[in-house]
Amino acid sequence: MSNMKVAQVALSWLSTLRSDVRLPSLCRSHFTYYPTSLGTGKKMNMFNAINNAMDLALSDDKSALLFGEDVGFGGVFRCSVNLRDKYGKERVFNSPLCEQGIAGFAIGVANTGTTAIAEIQFADYIFPSFDQIINEAAKYRYRSGGLFDCGSLTFRVPCGAVGHGALYHSQSPEAYFAHTPGLRVVVPRGPIKAKGLLLACIRDPNPCIVFEPKTLYRAAIEEVPTEYYTSELGKADILRHGKDVTLVGWGTQVHVLLEVAEQAKMDFNVDCEVIDLVSILPWDTNAICTSAKKTGRVIIAHEAPLTQGFGSELASYIQEKCFLYLEAPVKRVTGWDTPFPHVFEPFYLPDKHRCLSAIREIVNY
Amino acid sequence: MSFLRKSVHLMGAVARQQKHLKVIAGTISTTARDYSSEPANEFGNFPGAKAPFVSKLNLIQPEDYAPIPIYRVMDRDGYIADETQDPQLSREVVEKMFRDMLLLNTMDKILYESQRQGRISFYMTNFGEEASHIGSAAALEMRDLIYGQYREAGVLVWRGFRIDQFIDQCYGNTDDLGRGKQMPVHYGSRELNFVTISSPLSTQMPQAVGAAYAMKLKPGNDACVVCYFGEGAASEGDAHAAFNFAATLECPVILFCRNNGFAISTPSNEQYRGDGIAGRGPMGYGIATIRVDGTDVFAVYNAMKAAREYVLKENKPLVFEALAYRVGHHSTSDDSTAYRSAEEIEVWNSVEHPISKLKRYMVHKGWFDETEETEFIKDVRKKVLKQIAASEKKLKPNWREMFEGVYAEMPDHLVEQQKELERHIEAHKDSYPLKNFEK
Repeated sequence: MSNMKVAQVALSWLSTLRSDVRLPSLCRSHFTYYPTSLGTGKKMNMFNAINNAMDLALSDDKSALLFGEDVGFGGVFRCSVNLRDKYGKERVFNSPLCEQGIAGFAIGVANTGTTAIAEIQFADYIFPSFDQIINEAAKYRYRSGGLFDCGSLTFRVPCGAVGHGALYHSQSPEAYFAHTPGLRVVVPRGPIKAKGLLLACIRDPNPCIVFEPKTLYRAAIEEVPTEYYTSELGKADILRHGKDVTLVGWGTQVHVLLEVAEQAKMDFNVDCEVIDLVSILPWDTNAICTSAKKTGRVIIAHEAPLTQGFGSELASYIQEKCFLYLEAPVKRVTGWDTPFPHVFEPFYLPDKHRCLSAIREIVNY
Repeated sequence: MSFLRKSVHLMGAVARQQKHLKVIAGTISTTARDYSSEPANEFGNFPGAKAPFVSKLNLIQPEDYAPIPIYRVMDRDGYIADETQDPQLSREVVEKMFRDMLLLNTMDKILYESQRQGRISFYMTNFGEEASHIGSAAALEMRDLIYGQYREAGVLVWRGFRIDQFIDQCYGNTDDLGRGKQMPVHYGSRELNFVTISSPLSTQMPQAVGAAYAMKLKPGNDACVVCYFGEGAASEGDAHAAFNFAATLECPVILFCRNNGFAISTPSNEQYRGDGIAGRGPMGYGIATIRVDGTDVFAVYNAMKAAREYVLKENKPLVFEALAYRVGHHSTSDDSTAYRSAEEIEVWNSVEHPISKLKRYMVHKGWFDETEETEFIKDVRKKVLKQIAASEKKLKPNWREMFEGVYAEMPDHLVEQQKELERHIEAHKDSYPLKNFEK
């Protein structure tokens, strides 16, 4: 595996923060990136792949619009770089600084059948648009008896831990949205998946949210096919086969779990199956239950807090459907039930050491 | 400041205003120097604003601005004050306006009563605001897309939504276009370009702006978007978002505020302290603005004609404030005499009522026939009552439809849940009102 590891690049994304507060350059990442290999393609990091996806979406669909705060000059994470020059400022443009406006505007664009790709600058700032997303976007088709919908709408939302993002540049709010019928919620684990999921969401006839783990924007590099392709929505990926323990995660956490699985094999000869859930809503119950029935032991890991995190939904579903197959209680390794801290981030995250201890506990149960 | 000067002329209160203008002389742009006692000698060229410097400290007070005047065509006696403003509508159009207002009014009265009798679960009347609906709808084209709040049923009446469609929606039966999923008065029609109403206030506002933006980019576009909302809803953050996005992204949308003085029990002086909603348009967001007498169907009509022409020609938004009075209770869950006097309501329900005003106009024209009016109301009453009986008897949609339309296609977990309910109902048939639902 070592030749597949990509050297970690210390990110200088600080300048992209909204405030001018200079944060001390802190730690190295808490994970090692495991690229997905998919034959040949062009070497891209995740923001390149997302940029490439949006380029294809805008050229494929001549009416598609791309907008959000600071999207015009290329975006604070460089995801929309050069797209305004290529497609014009009527199609790629800045919005005023107002998330509820961005979401409402996007819904209206989609009401007319036009494709809307809307960016919320950080997942931490999606909450002002919560009402528009939950009460409006998610319920449009249902409440109108199918007369109107906003299915041609996709939100792109950078999320997750980044080393020093503290309370408002680190959150993983997927569980809030997972409680809302009518939405699709997905989280890519790297460039290939990000491009495929984004293109699938743009085409999907339902309002979609793509939560993009921002720590992967530069750190994750893969050979990404340059042509148009989509990644199936609602489907989990089994990244490593194993017979002893099922490890489920999404986004950056998948890479933590892959490293942990290697370690568990070396340290205690435990064979872990690693699943990237990919889609939070609707989620792949089949893949998870098949694996849980095979291994009889399941650990779910996510960065978001424990209580009412999406792990709770997985755990209760597994308990209900796989009761007779379980050899140990389903274990959740997650962020703590605190706000996301600044200097304590290394103690907050469900890192490889905590995940490894969980494996030892669950096999010794 | 040009707006300030214009309104001075419009108000005919030049002397009073000149006094105020002197107070804030330094803030007046060079183009307004004729009013200024000390001409600005330097111009500030900041990226955030361009304006002259002043060396005297002055607070700009709300009182320094004249209120935006209220455009009207017809006085309360039904006379047209300025013949140049007469829209010269044909007898046929005026009669349709009158009939549609009567129809809405009559239907409201009966459906309100039927809610009181427990036949439908909820209702909201449109009393006192009929002219805002009909006058504005009449000035639009059918291809113009409408986003509403919930008190705009008259727009649907004008566009041809039928009595049976209104009442079927209120009953949520199998002929309801919305498939029985929403509360009464949450109408919608794809055919009539009227986006389905939802309860959360103001959410439709930035949506209307987005739709207008998308429509603007369509080749050969000749349709605008109209977004209705109340003055209470204008306090929501989404209203601010809509005004600002519409202005900066240059969207052909008419932001139509029905200012009826109340948001449930909250009077407008507890809702805002500026010059109504219109006052926010020109100086606040840089949007062209019109304020009209919303009880005068011709004023609303003329202003909407001009507004539509403006937004489509300029590809820019317009703020439209129609002043009226909410004559009815907020909804069937509200008794408005708990917070306002019956005498006050009565004034607006008689002399100042939009239907009375149009009726007086028609009398002067020799177009009004009392027998015809009585007959028409009787006929509508009969139709509405008959429809209530019919709608009440219709089955509700198949309960399985509860699971449909959540997504474009039903995902596996919903298929599972639907099956689970199916098995449960099969086992407990008697515990559910199955006979009222389609099989």
